[in-house]
Amino acid sequence: MKHLLATEGLKYHDALAILDTAEEMAAVTSREVKKLPTLRGRTVVNLFYEDSTRTRVSFEAAAKRLSADVVNFSAKGSSVSKGESLKDTVQTLDAMGADAIVIRHSAAGAAAQLAASDWSEAAVINAGDGTHEHPTQALLDALTLRRDWAAAHGSASPRGTDLSGMRVLIVGDILHSRVARSNVWLLRTLGAEVHFAAPATLLPLGVEHWPVTVHYNLDEALVAAPDAVMMLRVQAERMGGAFFPTAAEYSRRWGLTDERLTVVQQLRLGETEAPALILHPGPMNRGVEISAAAADSAQTRITEQVTNGVAVRMAVLHLLLTGDPR
Amino acid sequence: MTAYLITGAKPYGEAPKDLLIRDGIIAQVGESLQETEAEVIDAAGLIALPGMVDLHTHLREPGREDAETVETGSRAAAKGGFTAVHAMANSSPVADTAGVVEQVHRLGLDSGWTEVYPVGAVTKGLAGKTLAELGAMAESAAAVRMFSDDGQCVNNAQLMRRALEYVKTIDGFIAQHAQDAELTAWETEHPAQMNEGRVSATLGLPGWPSVAEEAIIARDVLLADYVGARLHICHVSTKGSVEILRWAKGRGIQVTAEVTPHHLMLTDDLVATYNPVYKVNPPLRTEADTLALREALAEGVIDAVGTDHAPHPDQAKECEWAQAAMGMTGLETALNAVQHAMVETGLISWRRFAEITSTRPAEIYGHSRQGRPLEAGEPANLILVDPNARITITPENHATKGRNSPFRGLELPGQVIHTFLGGHQVLHQGELTISRSGRSAP
Repeated sequence: MKHLLATEGLKYHDALAILDTAEEMAAVTSREVKKLPTLRGRTVVNLFYEDSTRTRVSFEAAAKRLSADVVNFSAKGSSVSKGESLKDTVQTLDAMGADAIVIRHSAAGAAAQLAASDWSEAAVINAGDGTHEHPTQALLDALTLRRDWAAAHGSASPRGTDLSGMRVLIVGDILHSRVARSNVWLLRTLGAEVHFAAPATLLPLGVEHWPVTVHYNLDEALVAAPDAVMMLRVQAERMGGAFFPTAAEYSRRWGLTDERLTVVQQLRLGETEAPALILHPGPMNRGVEISAAAADSAQTRITEQVTNGVAVRMAVLHLLLTGDPR
Repeated sequence: MTAYLITGAKPYGEAPKDLLIRDGIIAQVGESLQETEAEVIDAAGLIALPGMVDLHTHLREPGREDAETVETGSRAAAKGGFTAVHAMANSSPVADTAGVVEQVHRLGLDSGWTEVYPVGAVTKGLAGKTLAELGAMAESAAAVRMFSDDGQCVNNAQLMRRALEYVKTIDGFIAQHAQDAELTAWETEHPAQMNEGRVSATLGLPGWPSVAEEAIIARDVLLADYVGARLHICHVSTKGSVEILRWAKGRGIQVTAEVTPHHLMLTDDLVATYNPVYKVNPPLRTEADTLALREALAEGVIDAVGTDHAPHPDQAKECEWAQAAMGMTGLETALNAVQHAMVETGLISWRRFAEITSTRPAEIYGHSRQGRPLEAGEPANLILVDPNARITITPENHATKGRNSPFRGLELPGQVIHTFLGGHQVLHQGELTISRSGRSAP
């Protein structure tokens, strides 16, 4: 692996190597001294064309815990409005000696274009490109799910295991979600079964070609007994009546309301007694796609997702820059 | 004017003949012709075809001379085998007045590598609000007959109806860029970027639904029928559009249509590279669409090939997909692509090739000296083509300023060897000579 651009096409053994390395990294992050020397003297550039404090801080913490030097380059707005092209920006960063470029961009494909170009020799990590993919988010979700799944099934460690037999329901704006796209391919690679619940306006045309089961009705989707429910954020800009009538109607039909939480509370991880899981990539709209009670429920893994994000990003940086699975 | 004796060429790929060109016309067609005064061109193995006529070219001048000029675009036309091109109106200023169309017309005459016919805008500034001065453009020295807001759709149905009616009075026609603005989120923050379907779903790029084209074509053939006017559909790209056109033609509606070489050959799978060279409007579609377009072109539901030649400077394509300009060069690869997609697949003969690249587009416009048969007494607008050549497409070798060819690196059949513009040889052995106005190429 030279770059991490997408989970589509990510090989099983590479995905497992990232998750297993991330478990090692997680062990480091729970120590008192949360630092490894492996990337000392290497430079990681966070090239962010979109505001995303959460993702940037996560990558920054990951790089610093590996002792890398971190440069944050915030190029908010499009390169056109800024006056400098992506090519020129990247060549500048390359000339400064970037070993890895973590790129977040509103344009789908920006990371892939960068990796395919001769603008830079750096390893490219896609930190979210338009509505295409956000592979490290899917990897941290998988790390989170795998830990509970393995524990519920009596494994001493999640290392080396996958998500075979797990059923994951993704709810909400699939059409505009890079998180959903990255999750579909990775979850399938790891052996999970994927279900969607969304209004037809928020599903991509052609979704029938995806390896997923689609439900328009969230209650019916819950009857299919998912092991994990992943609620997607509803963007405010979609609420204007173009994709669904009102936020209230959305909540009633596709929100994880208090009523639906009682259903989710009855769900178990496979045949075990462990409760099913609730995930959300954040930031949440409490009261829209998820009720406050659901967000704060013992079944949610939202803070674990954030913690695991750092571990996964450490693993990705480590693997790409050293080529050495720990 | 030099006379030329072309020996052993195969008109329309059929039995070899000699052609004598003198005083701008094909003086004689026959066997073993003799003419001591003429320069002899040994055309054994070459196919003689009427000069191609492109109804859809972007020459960018005035306003975007960094992308193309009438001069460089005309040279590209001569190299590509086109003896007439129609320059779309989306220049800057827009070709919506007699002044601008006369300027383009004169630049074409000054260049002298091909015949340049300006297309007039339907609406002022291509803004889709009010009619441009269609009559003034028709009566200008450019004698415009074809009107199009190409690049923009005439979305307003009432305005489209009025435009169709109005051009009846000046013996013109409207060429519609069929794209429903709402369905493609046009001029919003997230406009359509590629064909909507299996590939766009995965790539996360906003989709350009086929129905956005088909809905406008359906509306406009009904309008053309209702008011009894002539309608031409630019760059048809979907299977569904073909079905509507078949229905409309079956009803006797006066509609004609063109298809681009790239829509005959390329599909939206290429967008997975995120290489903006594949960004074009309308977008590359699916294989089922390309196959339907080929069949439609073979059987005549689609009348003509139009290149939609759209050169852009490198920086307009060397950027993020969403920000990249739409369009591909086409003048110098049209013959190759059409030979590959249509002739080598056995769908059409070279005689049909001449119809779709020359005869029909000339008839659609109403030319009297273009698209004529290769017969004695006809204007000597003709090309000689080596059908056995195999060319690796190299945009750096093209005469157009644009390097944005989607065919870069592909090996394609065919090569235009000689081009005659009204009896004047503008291309000799694949090289530009001296233009009809006396210009030389660098």
